[in-house]
Amino acid sequence: MGVAQQAADRAERDQIRKRWLLSSPALIIIFFAAIGPLAVVVLYSFMVKGDYGDVKYWQFSLDGWFNVVAERDMFDDTLGLAWANISIFWRSLKLSFITTIITLFFGFPTAYFIATRKPDKRDLWLFLITIPFWTNILIRTFAMQEVIRNEGIINSALMGLGLVDQPVQIMFTDWAILFGMVYVYLPLMVLPLYASLEKLDFRLVEAGYDLYANRFQVLWRVIIPLVKPGIVAGCILVFIPSLGAYVIPRVLGGGKNMMLGNLIDLQFGQGRNWPLGSALSITLMIIVTLALLVYVRNTAKGGGNGHV
Amino acid sequence: MSKGFSITSMPGFSLIALACFAVLYLPVATLVFYAFNAGQSVAMWEGFSLRWFESAWQNTAVQEATIRSAVIAVVAATIATVTATMAAIATTRTAPYRGLTFKYAFINQPLMVPEIVTAVALLIVFSRIKIWTGYSGLGYIIAAHTAFCIPFAYMPIRARLEGMDLTLERAAADLYAPPWAAFKRVTLPILWPGILAGFMLAFVISLDDVVITEFVKSAGQETLPTYMLGQLKRSVTPEINAISTVFLGISILLVTMFFFISRKKA
Repeated sequence: MGVAQQAADRAERDQIRKRWLLSSPALIIIFFAAIGPLAVVVLYSFMVKGDYGDVKYWQFSLDGWFNVVAERDMFDDTLGLAWANISIFWRSLKLSFITTIITLFFGFPTAYFIATRKPDKRDLWLFLITIPFWTNILIRTFAMQEVIRNEGIINSALMGLGLVDQPVQIMFTDWAILFGMVYVYLPLMVLPLYASLEKLDFRLVEAGYDLYANRFQVLWRVIIPLVKPGIVAGCILVFIPSLGAYVIPRVLGGGKNMMLGNLIDLQFGQGRNWPLGSALSITLMIIVTLALLVYVRNTAKGGGNGHV
Repeated sequence: MSKGFSITSMPGFSLIALACFAVLYLPVATLVFYAFNAGQSVAMWEGFSLRWFESAWQNTAVQEATIRSAVIAVVAATIATVTATMAAIATTRTAPYRGLTFKYAFINQPLMVPEIVTAVALLIVFSRIKIWTGYSGLGYIIAAHTAFCIPFAYMPIRARLEGMDLTLERAAADLYAPPWAAFKRVTLPILWPGILAGFMLAFVISLDDVVITEFVKSAGQETLPTYMLGQLKRSVTPEINAISTVFLGISILLVTMFFFISRKKA
């Protein structure tokens, strides 16, 4: 190896060391205030619960994980399934899934509409989607509450038209959570769909019509297959925050209609079962990570990169 | 049909799209509308008045929460933007090196984890540290906010750097500019819109945060969003509409500025 080669190697090593130094503050902050604490959650899920919250240090047990799906009867100590938890899991999955389907159904035409405007008008329409996206989630949840309350717009309209005598109870039901999530997460569906549709080559659509396809066939056989990466991206971007929703079910669902996020909160509050809360958190994270893997594989296969 | 056949139109799509825009804006518009209500109700119109803006302005709890939110957002967004800029410079414009993918994953990690999980994780760790050190100031909230703001600040800065012409810096070096001078006189001015955009994203993200703040805050450390969350549980007066309206105005202003800054070409 020549002297020049050695010098070049050393320069490259120096360069890489400088790059590590330069990125270290960001990495350190994220380590201490994000990744490190997550590792502690994993540890806590395997410890014995403390009597007044927290855990008994270095006393290990699988109870936290066990309690995710099962519970011991208080009186005769028999084993049973923890139906309360299971029903909350089921509600979270069900509502997130339905939210994804509804936002896709309404978001696709909306994204298509924006993508087919004249280029100079598209930015304005896109901006109109971006504004709600950046509006505080609390404000949007509160706005939805005003719409669906017993004295809210929907009920006033229904009663004014004489369609119902009594206000329809929407608040504090699963419907309220569903309305709230669709309302809040719709922009998350539209943005990646738009990113895909914007790149759509309409010559292919034209070719479809030339070959005597009708509108439905063109949509189903030409457009949808072409923008599939955008559809997958949008669905996952909606499904993931829906599953971890906390504010929307807390405000609109009330105390009874909990989702996973609220169940986790409960274990760290009144439930005083931190190991169970930790195990539930890790479970939620595993589901989210699996969904993200689908997303990464999808984007790696080409396109569909979200606008956000 | 005189209009002919349009290949881009789909029956019903425009209708659904316009309905979506209406649905997105109507509830928020109603919220803003009732902020100007003279009466106590958020659903019965009793005439125009600015009384709720006045009462919100004079409410000391709102004042304190607003100042606290602003302080946290400014400090967290500033630290996040500075560290993200350094990280972006260290992770772009280079051949892949060992640890580069690791850095990407690390920096974007806060985006991958549900907020509620990060929130309880920080609750566990910070409540322990509070007991050990006896310190229970705003530092915890600021640390938490900085961490999840970094990926948001990082994105536009990295995008700007990747679109940058490498030859400019090389030219500066050829003209005997020391590395720091080259950075200050060449790189930084070109990078500036990206840094500004990153800062504004981070600022809005910090200002908006509810869940993580709710779990990390100590007693008496309400930010504007956690104050509002607390109020929603109680009976609601148009004061909360007035606060939301001002909050909304600030968000729209920042997003509009971001929109124009990030659109500026190099």
